[in-house]
Amino acid sequence: MLEAAVFYTLAVLILGLGILVISARSAVHSVLFLVVNFLLVAILYVTLSAQFVAVIQVLVYAGGIVVLYLFVVMLVSLKRAPEQHADTRRLGVTGAVLAGAVLLEVIGIVVSGAARSDAPAGARGAGVPEAISDPMLNTEQIGWVLYTEYLIPFEVASMLLLVAMIGAIVLAKKNL
Amino acid sequence: MLETFIIPLLQIAVLLNAVLVAVTFMVLMERKVMAWAQARLGPMRVGPHGILQAIVDPIKLILKEDITPVAADKWVFTVAPIMSLVPALVVFSVVPFGPDPLYYVADINVGLLFIVAVTSIGVYGIILGGWSSNSKYPLLASLRASAQLISYEIAVTMTLVSVILTSGTLSLVGIVEAQREAGVWFGFIQPVAFVLVFIGGLAETNRVPFDLPEAETELTGGFHTEYSGMRFALFFLAEYANIIVISAIVAIMFLGGWMRPFPNVEALAFLDLIPPWIWLIGKIFLFLYVFIWIRATLPRYRYDQLMRLGWKVLIPIAIGNLVITGIVKVLV
Repeated sequence: MLEAAVFYTLAVLILGLGILVISARSAVHSVLFLVVNFLLVAILYVTLSAQFVAVIQVLVYAGGIVVLYLFVVMLVSLKRAPEQHADTRRLGVTGAVLAGAVLLEVIGIVVSGAARSDAPAGARGAGVPEAISDPMLNTEQIGWVLYTEYLIPFEVASMLLLVAMIGAIVLAKKNL
Repeated sequence: MLETFIIPLLQIAVLLNAVLVAVTFMVLMERKVMAWAQARLGPMRVGPHGILQAIVDPIKLILKEDITPVAADKWVFTVAPIMSLVPALVVFSVVPFGPDPLYYVADINVGLLFIVAVTSIGVYGIILGGWSSNSKYPLLASLRASAQLISYEIAVTMTLVSVILTSGTLSLVGIVEAQREAGVWFGFIQPVAFVLVFIGGLAETNRVPFDLPEAETELTGGFHTEYSGMRFALFFLAEYANIIVISAIVAIMFLGGWMRPFPNVEALAFLDLIPPWIWLIGKIFLFLYVFIWIRATLPRYRYDQLMRLGWKVLIPIAIGNLVITGIVKVLV
């Protein structure tokens, strides 16, 4: 009961802030709403006993990436709203189609998930070790799984980040 | 009901008040120690040896007029000091003042990461405070401050990882317990990490010799130039609360937290008469004194020197320390 109340309060706040992010006049205000939005999402992770993911959400998104957004927004100084795009109508249509596609996907997942809910509990959570649900072992379990079962995807992702970093340095430096 | 709500609420109330009182007295301590270092007397007028100055200063700040510049972004201008103070206070919820659950608000599994994550939110207060003033010196100062914070955060976090490798846990209570089991403070096992975290802490809290964001001679004050009255006081509180946080983290990770010196030597057991929280607070004040001592001693870095130190000295040393810790951990 309490869990549901917390979830729905958070859900309303997160959606409301999401709307504020795209509707705020000043770009800096948008970024601020985005920060609060990310913090609330982190609380949502805590209610799911995913403490590690919650902290990483705050550290990487709220504390890292959005700071970069803020720098960009501050330095280009968007005091007024940017000029209206010439072809607003086509943009609107594209947006509506994209939003519809995402909505269909979500509905599809929910419906197929509901269809499977009478399957035995073991079949649904296949591949997920039981101990992950214990919050006190959260970090340790993620570490184990990351460095054993998902070692290669993890290493590939880190290579990708390294390449992106070198690319950024090459772009920024005129003469190396 | 009592266990889940009332006791934590009481703990939080005690903790918040203790931190705020500690901040006001730290300001007095700073003025006194600086004065002694320069062969002056410092504040002497209010109370014996000026001790009541710690109460008069906040009253003065509350009574002062609170001005919002006309060209400022009013909404952000109001939010910025709050955004810098709240994370600084939230961090204290995971700082353990003793082995008993009564001495800490929460012992979470990701304690150290939580501290790193929450303190990284504090940078918004600085950036937005400088930006929303709509004035050139605060903007310059806030750009400096945030660049400095982000650069040194990398080195500090990287160093914390080697301490986590040594202790095998992220929980702060667990880290102190690990030191008890090891029979030695981590400051002796990880001396490089100890020095790195301390230097990084100086830089992250914008203290001398890394106080470029508040270089009065160049910036007429810093990111809070346009602030006055209580809103200025909030920035001030946040800054000193952050110094106390850094001191507490260093004391917990490297000096055994609430434990007495030589916890495994039986002959010193009489030291246990002093309760654990006094040990931790004593260690915190030792670091606060060192912070002030450094301020009275060292000149300020130039900006390029500061960046070079962060990126080309501290981060490579932190990575090297991490690799060596890993190798030793595997071999031993």
